[in-house]
Amino acid sequence: MTPMDPAPLRRDLVRAASLAALAPALPVAAQPAAAPAAAPTLRVNGAVHDLAGLDPRTTLLDWLRERLDLTGAKKGCNEGACGACTVLLDGRRVNACLVLAATLDGRSVTTVEGLARADGTLHPVQQAFIDHDAFQCGYCTPGQVVSAVACITEGHAGSEAEIREWMSGNLCRCAAYPQITAAVQDAAARMARGEA
Amino acid sequence: MQPFTLARPASLEEATRLAAAGAMPLAGGTELLNWMRLGIAAPARLADISRLPGLDAIAPLPDGGLSLGALARLNDVAAHPAVRAGYPVLRQAIHKAASAQLRNLATIGGNLLQKTRCAYFRAEESLPCNRRAPGSGCAALHGLNERHAIFGWTEACVATQPSDPAVALAALDAVVVVAGPAGARRIPLGDLHLLPDAAGAAADTALRAGEIIVAIELPGPAPRSAYLKIRERESYEYALVSAAGALVLDGRTIRRARLALGSVAMKPWRLPAAEAALAGLSLDDTAALRAALEPAFAEARPLSHNGYKVPLARNAALRVIGMIAEGHAP
Ligand SMILES: Cc1cc2nc3c(=O)[nH]c(=O)nc-3n(C[C@H](O)[C@H](O)[C@H](O)COP(=O)(O)OP(=O)(O)OC[C@H]3O[C@@H](n4cnc5c(N)ncnc54)[C@H](O)[C@@H]3O)c2cc1C
Ligand code: SF4
Ligand code: FES
Ligand code: FES
Repeated sequence: MTPMDPAPLRRDLVRAASLAALAPALPVAAQPAAAPAAAPTLRVNGAVHDLAGLDPRTTLLDWLRERLDLTGAKKGCNEGACGACTVLLDGRRVNACLVLAATLDGRSVTTVEGLARADGTLHPVQQAFIDHDAFQCGYCTPGQVVSAVACITEGHAGSEAEIREWMSGNLCRCAAYPQITAAVQDAAARMARGEA
Repeated sequence: MQPFTLARPASLEEATRLAAAGAMPLAGGTELLNWMRLGIAAPARLADISRLPGLDAIAPLPDGGLSLGALARLNDVAAHPAVRAGYPVLRQAIHKAASAQLRNLATIGGNLLQKTRCAYFRAEESLPCNRRAPGSGCAALHGLNERHAIFGWTEACVATQPSDPAVALAALDAVVVVAGPAGARRIPLGDLHLLPDAAGAAADTALRAGEIIVAIELPGPAPRSAYLKIRERESYEYALVSAAGALVLDGRTIRRARLALGSVAMKPWRLPAAEAALAGLSLDDTAALRAALEPAFAEARPLSHNGYKVPLARNAALRVIGMIAEGHAP
């Protein structure tokens, strides 16, 4: 059961929140509260960033990596085929290499850097990947972890077969698939027990 | 990627106006961005329609059918209760398409407009391909054509249309509703994709300049329907061949059959003669079912490397009937 597209209400709230957080950050452009004309912004791991003046060709992936130095999301194929660039957009997993950053005004992105708690406690999925040795070179891992978080919250981690199917958009050239599947299964159980 | 400007139209009217002036609509972007990277398309302007209000709605129609807004994301179409209950063939085709994260971006309208996966067409270097460069020839005709067409091809192009949802929608007799500079019109799904012509490979679809897909309308539910996708790995791979079937049954007797094959032609390939011959047959009479399907495959024209697709497609058609029968044994 995929979560439904965020209702307009929620999007408006996100936008309002972004604008509120933006206000003190903008030195000169003390824009009056007239929302629509405000500079386009994108929230990443809770912090609001300015999208103004971006080359329209810039993908979300390049923007995260090159502008924000969030290099967790990886560029594997740059064509949607490997899943290494997976991030959450308004809570849903997407391939950041296939999204133009300039189209994301008012939206909210979570990258692998945004999963752990502020005190450094790892997300249950991150912990499960360590416990199950679910990586070798680690290149695909940030994408796997973010995708797994979504896979579990979508309710697609009910069985090994279901996990394999719903995680198939994340390739692992080291073929750590058995360990990844076990980690997702374990993390789903931990999250169901409320250990998140 | 070549430079382009990005417009965000606020209404459908503005979007069609921009499109008529040459802007290319951007929906999920999962095809378009790759085309721009490969040089398959080089639009000077994009019109971001992905957040046009209302165009992602899924709503019942007065006649008992269902309207799928063109911008509905594939995962949202498959998850919708009305699709789940009434159109299993579509739900299955979507779940077997692309990956979970791609389906959160990809729209149902954009999916129908995807281009062939022919490796010559998608190549980074320039190879003979009438679809990329009209008049340059077709490298696949006598080249690596094991994934290419067995129906409806010409020497100008032997490619296939790779969409899974399109095959399900063809079997469901869906109608594509478009808006354009000259107003709205309705295109039966079977008329949306164009077979290659004799001279050049020409256009992919019947859409005219400036036209935007608004919705895809499904007639009444087809609860006895299924999708079979045959591929080289179990998930996240394009079809070698696929089959969509929708049956109306009277006990174990077929009252009405609709069948469409995927990845065998440049459009979803309906089997009208076989569908007629299946009416009145028992689901348990496999020999008769097979005989009803056989003539459709006598018309197949395999290429040098894809003869395997003929029996594969025939068996897929038979098996999808079996899948429906098993799912609904009395
Ligand atoms: C790695 C990978 C694997 C894939 N595997 C599969 C698979 O197994 N099965 C399958 O079926 N598909 C598969 N796909 C294709 C994918 O489903 C399509 O890319 C997607 O559905 C296209 O939709 P979009 O919204 O992203 O289109 P876009 O990329 O936004 O647009 C595609 C084209 O359609 C036009 N367009 C979009 N919406 C409209 C509209 N409403 N009106 C008019 N024009 C419009 C655009 O201008 C563009 O020309 C795969 C893609 C990738 C990258
Ligand atoms: S089959 Fe069509 S797309 Fe492929 S090389 Fe030939 S003309 Fe190009
Ligand atoms: S880099 Fe985005 S899917 Fe491979
Ligand atoms: S751990 Fe090396 S690619 Fe997955």
